[in-house]
Amino acid sequence: MSQAAANPAAAPVDLDHLREMARRIRVELVRAVYHARAGHLGGPLSAADLLSALYFHELRIRPQEPAWPDRDRFVLSKGHSSIGLYAAMALRGYFPVEELLTFDGANSRLQGHPDMSRLPGLDMSTGSLGMGISAAMGMALGARLTGLDARAFVVLGDGECQEGEVWEAANAAPHYRLDNLVAIIDHNRLQQYGWPGEGPDGRIPPQVPGEMAAKWAAFGWRVIEVDGHDMAAIMEVLARVRAGDGRPVAIIAHTVKGKGVSYMEGRYYWHTRAIKPEEYAIAMHDLGEPEPAAEGAAR
Amino acid sequence: MTAVMGRPQREIFGETVAALCATDPRIYVVDGDVGSSTRADIVEKAHPDRYLQMGIAEQNMLGVAAGMATMGLIPFISTFVSFAVVRPLDQVRVLIAQTGANVKITPSYGGLFTGQTGMSHIIVDDYAIMRAMPGMVTVSPCDDTEAAEALRWAAAYEGPCYIRLGRDATPRIFGEDHAFAFGRAEVVRDGGDVTLISTGAQTARTLEAAELLAADGIEAHVLHVATLKPLDVAAIVAAAERTGRVITVEEGTVIGGLGGAVAEALGEHRPTWVNRIGLRDVFVQSGPNDALLDIYGLSGTRVAEQVRAILSAA
Repeated sequence: MSQAAANPAAAPVDLDHLREMARRIRVELVRAVYHARAGHLGGPLSAADLLSALYFHELRIRPQEPAWPDRDRFVLSKGHSSIGLYAAMALRGYFPVEELLTFDGANSRLQGHPDMSRLPGLDMSTGSLGMGISAAMGMALGARLTGLDARAFVVLGDGECQEGEVWEAANAAPHYRLDNLVAIIDHNRLQQYGWPGEGPDGRIPPQVPGEMAAKWAAFGWRVIEVDGHDMAAIMEVLARVRAGDGRPVAIIAHTVKGKGVSYMEGRYYWHTRAIKPEEYAIAMHDLGEPEPAAEGAAR
Repeated sequence: MTAVMGRPQREIFGETVAALCATDPRIYVVDGDVGSSTRADIVEKAHPDRYLQMGIAEQNMLGVAAGMATMGLIPFISTFVSFAVVRPLDQVRVLIAQTGANVKITPSYGGLFTGQTGMSHIIVDDYAIMRAMPGMVTVSPCDDTEAAEALRWAAAYEGPCYIRLGRDATPRIFGEDHAFAFGRAEVVRDGGDVTLISTGAQTARTLEAAELLAADGIEAHVLHVATLKPLDVAAIVAAAERTGRVITVEEGTVIGGLGGAVAEALGEHRPTWVNRIGLRDVFVQSGPNDALLDIYGLSGTRVAEQVRAILSAA
């Protein structure tokens, strides 16, 4: 696509910086949820590397001019991972990092689920699952119709793919040849109350029949699978799909729910949960940011 | 009163949106595979590049419209009322009402006239649902003239709005000199004995009932409320004070619809005895238009009967 030349994404990739920003996103989101005594953890932690890749390299955005018309659009369809997005936005300069501690509070711009009417820089309000991809499709279509050289990125949860609307959009987007639409599926395989498949908590119907990638491919999407925690691999994939081939893009990012915090990794019950002081200390240690014990004890 | 028939509001929809496309490059019609019914096909023919076919997938369609609106476009939704209001209700709520998206929810096949489709297609509670939704403007034009005016108004209005349109021709109430005023109710007949408050295509039949009542010596004051939200409380209070006796008449459920809105407004601002004529907690079966109006008490004759009964029981 012609945008490559003018795109900051064409700048050299600084993997160390992106990895550090992913770590900082995790630190800030765990800290915010700890202070809020409420909020989701597993999902934002699994998406942190993806958010770093997007907000610190791939997205063509201007944090000081959040409504810049030519910007790439971003929709967090898995709106319950809002704190991960807020952390990425704060670190990117949309608002002060300290504001993250207002997360989930009354009158906060950082609502439990993203509210675009409160926070500049949010391109869509989400939270009711399955909807973000339709809105992103409308943005990609709108960019085409208005001659804007902008792309629309949407991050979906894999559990969210149980919503029928996802497949309405999956069916419609290829018809419009929207190769400026990039859906990233955070495929951590765990949901709020268990997982699809075998085992004691495998109580949930499948997210899709068979493999996630095959289903998107069957709908006519350009599908690429990637390790959602391998920053080099993520950046390689994002670079590859910058040149469109007429098909919307589905990146299946294989991730670990709760990634980065030892006792949360792969444990579905950390989907949403308040953190105890001793747990907070361990989390910060795991994330390479040990905090004074006093802060934990003061709770 | 000899009723002059207007043209079907759905045709007005197609023609008006097509005309708007000619002057405003932001306008699109987004259709859920019913363009030949809603007459979005008129837009497609005149401006093929402004017609977007989304297939039979209304949840996605409303979501796509919301995304388009954030890009500065003005999508007009083409489907049936039931598939714009309740099928994608959560998409309307989260992506359109909560974001203030500039999406025009302009379905037709509102009310009882749906071409004998039956209760899956006949929605009785759209007024109640849409006016209860925070931030959602709710308009129900009475005839072809007002439908065209309301659609042009909607194109200029910044924000989400719901305009209920009809499938079939109904009597024309307003002449070409009429000027739709958003948020303002209009007295369409003056009388001192009873106040009838009506909306949408029902207003024509309410006026017909008023003429039948006049033959019996009952002079009805008729207020047409095209905008259900924001409600013209001052006009409703004034109409109530004109006679001291209010009866609402609507092509929809009396629970939470126009009757609910009027009762709420008068209860707060000018307590008045209010009776409500409309659908009473029922779904509507399929059938010819006149038969349905008769069965559900919404023909001019049946409205007049009910008004007489209410007044004689008072």
